[in-house]
Amino acid sequence: MKLTINGQVHETEAEPGTPLLWVLRDHLAMTGTKFGCGMAQCGACTVHLNGVAVRSCVTPVSEVGEAAITTIEGIGGEGLHPVQEAWIEHSVPQCGWCQSGQIMSACALLEARPDPSDEDIDAAMSANICRCGTYPRIRKAIKAAAKRREG
Amino acid sequence: MILLSLALAEEPEVGPGPPGVPPEAGIKAFEEQIWPVFVHPRCANCHPAGDVPLQGDEQRPHTMEVDRDSPAVGLPCSTCHRTEGLDLPDRPPANGHWSFPPANQVFEGRTAAELCNQLKDPETTGGRDLEALRHHVEHDTLVLYGWDPGPERTSPAVSHVDFVAAFQVWLDAGAPCPTDDAQGSM
Repeated sequence: MKLTINGQVHETEAEPGTPLLWVLRDHLAMTGTKFGCGMAQCGACTVHLNGVAVRSCVTPVSEVGEAAITTIEGIGGEGLHPVQEAWIEHSVPQCGWCQSGQIMSACALLEARPDPSDEDIDAAMSANICRCGTYPRIRKAIKAAAKRREG
Repeated sequence: MILLSLALAEEPEVGPGPPGVPPEAGIKAFEEQIWPVFVHPRCANCHPAGDVPLQGDEQRPHTMEVDRDSPAVGLPCSTCHRTEGLDLPDRPPANGHWSFPPANQVFEGRTAAELCNQLKDPETTGGRDLEALRHHVEHDTLVLYGWDPGPERTSPAVSHVDFVAAFQVWLDAGAPCPTDDAQGSM
């Protein structure tokens, strides 16, 4: 089957029931998207399908169809997304494992709410878990990214 | 039977149904085979009285602080509730159009009388009239999910076939509604 990932068409012979996460990581060697729990409980595997944040670990590749997949490797286009720049500016990651999922969720939040309040950030990001507890820096970085996008 | 007799004694105001389907048969179908399905956790969990969807047969609040406003901040139900397959233990149930209905479509805690009147008001059915509702309860995949909910979740005691048949009986009887004093709440 053909998948459109970050604007490029990729061929895969993965079984239809294979979670998109494993097609990305194991079949296409796009390892920026992480496995955390395998049951949509932690958010580490978040990618976008047609701009909507989804958990790739519970998304069979067969349901993707012609939807445009965006991963952490492509969220910034040719460069860095404002959210990625803000993540660097605020040194958000500690161990880093959950951070690609955090960034993908933050990008979806800013598309929906370009100037999010603390409550908006809590609501949008509460399904992305960070065992290092980087939540305060995540909040700061999202607000900084919102300003960057304005500019 | 005493309670049902009381209900019949009040002669609810209903439109005439086809010959042979008296209002009392419609009320009985509603109370015994329609209302119990709507207030079952498989249906009521996503039609809660509050702003937070519920989970499990014990109807605990949804984890992750998900609420009615989550989709507006980029966290729609479909982020985790996908369309098909992978419907294994501990994973979010999957269905083609998992979604959270508007706040005026509450099933949780509704008495049979309250629910009945609610279903007859297009303002509280997403604009569906009774015929559209009948089609909805028979064919909508999210309704059908209630009888194929995956592991660790119960289905309503009334089968889907009996539920749809009862819905038709209720319609054919003129969609009569029970009264609150004739039965309890759930």
